Amino acid sequence: MSTRLAAANNGAGEGYIAMEGTSRLAEAELAPPPKLYANRVRVYPKAVSGLLRRIKWAVLVVCLAVYYLLPWIRWDRGPGAPNQAVLLDLWNERFYFFGLELWPQDIWFLAGLLALGAVGLFLVTSLFGRVWCGFTCPQTVWTDLYLLVERKIEGDRNKRIKRDRGPLTFDKIWRKIAKHAVWLFIAFWTGGAWIMYYVDAPTAVREFWTGTASAPVYAFTFLFTATTYLLAGWAREQVCTYMCPWPRFQSAMLDENTFIVTYEAWRGEPRGHGKRQGVGTSLLGDCVDCKACVHVCPTGIDIRDGVQLECIGCGLCIDACNHVMAKTGSKPWLITWDSLARQKDRAEGRPPSVRLIRPRVLIYLGVLLIGAGVLVAGLMMRSHIGLSVAHDRAPLFVRLENGDLRNGYTVLLINKDRKPAEFRLSVTSFPSARLVLPETSSTPQKVLSLTMPPDTVQSVRVLVQGQPDHLEDGREPLDFVLRNIATGEQAVYHSVFMGPHEH
Amino acid sequence: MPTKIEKDTISGRETTGHEWDGIRELNTPLPKWWVYVFYATIVWAIGMFLLYPSIPFVHSYFHGLLGYSSRADAMAGVSEMNALHAKQMEQIGKLSFAEIQKNHDLMEVALTAGRITFADNCQPCHGPNGEGRIGFPALDTDVWRWGGTLEAIQQTITHGIRANDPETRNSQMPSFGADGILKPEQIQQVADYVMTLYGKAKPGVDVSAGAKIFAENCAMCHGDKGQGNRDVGAPPLASRVHLYGDSRETVVAQVTRPRHGVMPNWNKRLSPATIKAVTLYVHSLGGGE
Repeated sequence: MSTRLAAANNGAGEGYIAMEGTSRLAEAELAPPPKLYANRVRVYPKAVSGLLRRIKWAVLVVCLAVYYLLPWIRWDRGPGAPNQAVLLDLWNERFYFFGLELWPQDIWFLAGLLALGAVGLFLVTSLFGRVWCGFTCPQTVWTDLYLLVERKIEGDRNKRIKRDRGPLTFDKIWRKIAKHAVWLFIAFWTGGAWIMYYVDAPTAVREFWTGTASAPVYAFTFLFTATTYLLAGWAREQVCTYMCPWPRFQSAMLDENTFIVTYEAWRGEPRGHGKRQGVGTSLLGDCVDCKACVHVCPTGIDIRDGVQLECIGCGLCIDACNHVMAKTGSKPWLITWDSLARQKDRAEGRPPSVRLIRPRVLIYLGVLLIGAGVLVAGLMMRSHIGLSVAHDRAPLFVRLENGDLRNGYTVLLINKDRKPAEFRLSVTSFPSARLVLPETSSTPQKVLSLTMPPDTVQSVRVLVQGQPDHLEDGREPLDFVLRNIATGEQAVYHSVFMGPHEH
Repeated sequence: MPTKIEKDTISGRETTGHEWDGIRELNTPLPKWWVYVFYATIVWAIGMFLLYPSIPFVHSYFHGLLGYSSRADAMAGVSEMNALHAKQMEQIGKLSFAEIQKNHDLMEVALTAGRITFADNCQPCHGPNGEGRIGFPALDTDVWRWGGTLEAIQQTITHGIRANDPETRNSQMPSFGADGILKPEQIQQVADYVMTLYGKAKPGVDVSAGAKIFAENCAMCHGDKGQGNRDVGAPPLASRVHLYGDSRETVVAQVTRPRHGVMPNWNKRLSPATIKAVTLYVHSLGGGE
């Protein structure tokens, strides 16, 4: 039993890696040179119904609904700001997510979110296998949608195979044309919806159809229409097997306690068509070798060969097999969602155990929680004002008629608020320090009042003059303090005041 | 190259024959379309080769069927920018200083044009940032000989100082020593007094004689308190900023045989709009009034 299980789990498939030490390698004697290129093996997935198929439909509907509708949700941000809930405004350098507004300075938050997404994916995969691939990956969702269209127009698996092998008839032509037309329509809809995450959705639609949209809008709509059509219509499972890096290293996340789509080889084998002579005494296992699991597989593999690169973990084979088991009167769930350890327990007659808490799960969970904590804390403490100061490179200081020294600074002020802000700029340093805003007035002041328009970055030149009292090596520390008098938010920038060495 | 072709017994496939830590890889053939994509990139490359400049000859090169040239592209961009710049400078020439200052974009253009013109023409004497040097006044401080308002600066740049221009700013300090107006000891006395005006005098020196000489000879132009007079370009003496330095020798030398700086009239070399831009730039250096 156990050797059979091991063999099944090491089953063949493209990209399968042969292990040494099991003496499974044989030397071929003068074999013809291996072929470098192979024709694609066409996959004709069969329609299936059942629990997992229903879950998959539900996830598909939710994913597509979110994708198509999200840009249309409005979110009032006041005048002068876009009222789209989710908008990646590249042109104006702002990302909007409902109440959250990200500036280029906050890009670390987005990077952190992506990194956390990856860790979250690791966690889910180590617990439940490739559920992301099987249910929520856009490639899976759109391929599923395209297969649905194909089935509605060309019929189910057997009809499609027969028609594809048959001669070119009118029936074949119109069905193919209809299918590709619908595919292109969906692709266009998808590509068009993509643009709406970057520009205002209602405006984009109006401009698109009146021919006044910008060239990039048309170009990107075309690009994403083309990629959707090619990837979901033509490439399908080949995206997963040849292009996507994720299947290549997913095995690093899986272990024997991970719940994956498995075949209960211990009761399924030996497979065969023959008669079962009553439970317990049969020579044949539960598997009747009907290949229903292979026929429904969207990547065209045989799950009975075990975990393999091509398996996206969608579980449609489970549904297909359950129908057959119901007909043959065997126990359902011959193909099931289970861990290899539990399968081994079952095969050897032990009660199966669940081990969810494992070192790798704890590590992924830990990283996820710490990372999420850091991100949330960073977001909460995010300041809505910003201050940055650059001391003039030359001249370092200027002497005035009355003997005072003056330093020039370029001060960058940021108001991330959606309201105009009253800022107060002052310095903490020697007591005689006064500030001058040469653009508006040459009167030295202790505190500068600055009115900042909403949502802006402004650079102003500020002069500080006075009689420094602690010049050391020609410099004295000087801090700029910026305060928003309405909110009380404050930003401090450590700078320096410079003068002659012998003062 | 693998020396022997091995076959995996389970899948029946050839392996690559290489071994890494006990793992051998199946020699899975590439999908055909993948190879076709590779061929397509070659065709694409040939197309690009023909359309764009590609083959170098000895004295020339193959220009490509599209006749594209990145240099021509860049020059088109430059002439486009020049046209825009000409339009903006025309506006700067037409508008008053107050109107330009109100227009943020135009102000930016003026300051940039001014900075570049300053670097090309004014920097040799006044320094890269207008900080000045001995004999050449600093433009970033609040001491001005002829005035620091926009109009005064514009007038100075346009017509120069002691330059060959009918409207140039002109004044001359008498050579008190060389022409024998003051005796050498009187010059020493007045120098002692002048140094008290900016707080560099040695304590305990009697300056009453110097004060009297100053009131009789110097106050007419430099003011009774040494505050200077911009109408005649007489610099303030009660100031910590000095054109030629604040040492006693310098003061004595200046009273004995004064040096007079000359600044060219720029109206011969710069357009009125450019002078306006430089004026705005100099005004922005920190000393503008």
